[in-house]
Amino acid sequence: MPALVLLGVFMVYPILWSLWMSFQVGRGMNLSFGGLANIIRLTQDTVFQRALTNTMIFLAVQVPVMLVLAMLFANALNDSRLWGRSIFRTAIFLPCVTSLVAYSVIFRSMFAQDGIINQMLMAIHVIADPIPWLADPFWARVVVILAITWRWTGYNMIFYLAAMQNIDRSIYEAARIDGVPAWARFFYITVPMLKPVILFTTVISTIGTLQLFDEVNLITQGGPSDSTLTLSLYIYNLTFKFMPSFGYAATVSYVIVILVGILSFIQFLAARDKRA
Amino acid sequence: MSNPLALLSRTATYALLTLAAFISVFPFFWMLVGATNSSNDIIRGKATPGTALFENITTFVNSVDLPRILFNSFFIAGVGTIATLIVASLAGYGFEMFRSKAREKVFGVMILGLSIPFAALMIPLFVMMASFKMINTYQAIILPTVASIFIIFYFRQATKAFPTELRDAAKVDGLKEWQIFFFIYMPVMRSTYAAATIIVFMANWNNYLWPLIVLQTNDMKTLTLVVAGLTSAYTPDFGVVMVGSITATLPTLIIFFLLQRRFVEGMLGAVK
Repeated sequence: MPALVLLGVFMVYPILWSLWMSFQVGRGMNLSFGGLANIIRLTQDTVFQRALTNTMIFLAVQVPVMLVLAMLFANALNDSRLWGRSIFRTAIFLPCVTSLVAYSVIFRSMFAQDGIINQMLMAIHVIADPIPWLADPFWARVVVILAITWRWTGYNMIFYLAAMQNIDRSIYEAARIDGVPAWARFFYITVPMLKPVILFTTVISTIGTLQLFDEVNLITQGGPSDSTLTLSLYIYNLTFKFMPSFGYAATVSYVIVILVGILSFIQFLAARDKRA
Repeated sequence: MSNPLALLSRTATYALLTLAAFISVFPFFWMLVGATNSSNDIIRGKATPGTALFENITTFVNSVDLPRILFNSFFIAGVGTIATLIVASLAGYGFEMFRSKAREKVFGVMILGLSIPFAALMIPLFVMMASFKMINTYQAIILPTVASIFIIFYFRQATKAFPTELRDAAKVDGLKEWQIFFFIYMPVMRSTYAAATIIVFMANWNNYLWPLIVLQTNDMKTLTLVVAGLTSAYTPDFGVVMVGSITATLPTLIIFFLLQRRFVEGMLGAVK
């Protein structure tokens, strides 16, 4: 099994190594065992706390919004009588093929102070004055959330759509004959049948959001004043931007591991409960 | 029947989908128009075609060694994709076909590995590559991506739909396991391969963080890194950046459109 050898070398070994490293302190490659020093540093590090808060905000807002939207689109597109299905499907999936770098830059230019977004919003009188999208901590977060939602909604939609097309048509026919309205068919047939896929996309999206790096690095560089700094970006900064601090960076990375573990576990439990 | 209500929900559905499609496609339009405008016009939100296209292309081509960069990107993404597909499909096939006690345990541990973020692996991988003297090489980029847990998982799920009678019949006919894999399994599973190709190629082509760490000289950089580099200037030339972005997006766009039908089929097979 070559896959297992590769996984062993490039996955298991680094995991154990970084666990060991997370207990070490020092600059650059000059490391020595520091016991719990890194964990103590973690509790006093306000930048870390800000990064953690930001990451959790992104997670709590973006993942539910994106998955609900993906589900809505998939359900609408699953209707075989809908005109222009494949056009809509392709259009909504299209963002997924862009490179993270390319779309990040595009978003940065669209949300410039005099940029197209402000002009459009002003033209339709939603706002009177331009919003300083990237200079204001609140709006910078909104831009990051919009950007990730734009990029990944179609991706999740495809999973839902594929799963919906696997549901036996006759179940819907029977429900329709029994007079079950469309919304009830959605909540009592579609959603329960999709539970494994919903769980899958939730876990994948959670992991993805906790590792958020490319967009924040390219759209906002974590700013203004760390308001969009994420854990991954902080780890990167700790490792390669400031004085390298490998041990401490490894400790921060284990915070992500633990978070992913806890959240995935909760999601599995939630999925199991509903089944019973 | 409640006809007005049905009409209303129908209209709402179309309105929602149209809005979603517009929002999805608009940045692409913006990128194309942007490529023809000067940086200042782009910042000022000019949404009509301009005259700076030729200038932007010239600046882009002159500022980077484009053939070399394109080769790097295609080589890394291409070799990485082929290697990943072979390794992952062999693993997925193996997990499904060979029954043993350890199998589920190994698979379980592997799935746990899916939850380990790349950030946690980044530093050890970097130090490891340094000790192999592989920093700034193609191997350093490709190797860690080859054993993709997600794709192994994906192939295992898809293999569940592979008819075992085919394998049994081939065995009776005297085919060896590797012959079954290459001559029967691979052609039968081509939709799965198509979907996996799109996913893996896009991931490798767009990979940013790991190349950013490992590739250090300009002649080794990928298109993604170059485009990112263009933007990191204090006042980026957005017109040039748009040209770069189009160049970076085109290959994945073409692959997606070529394989689109099989892609959806493949997804269908995998999420059962």
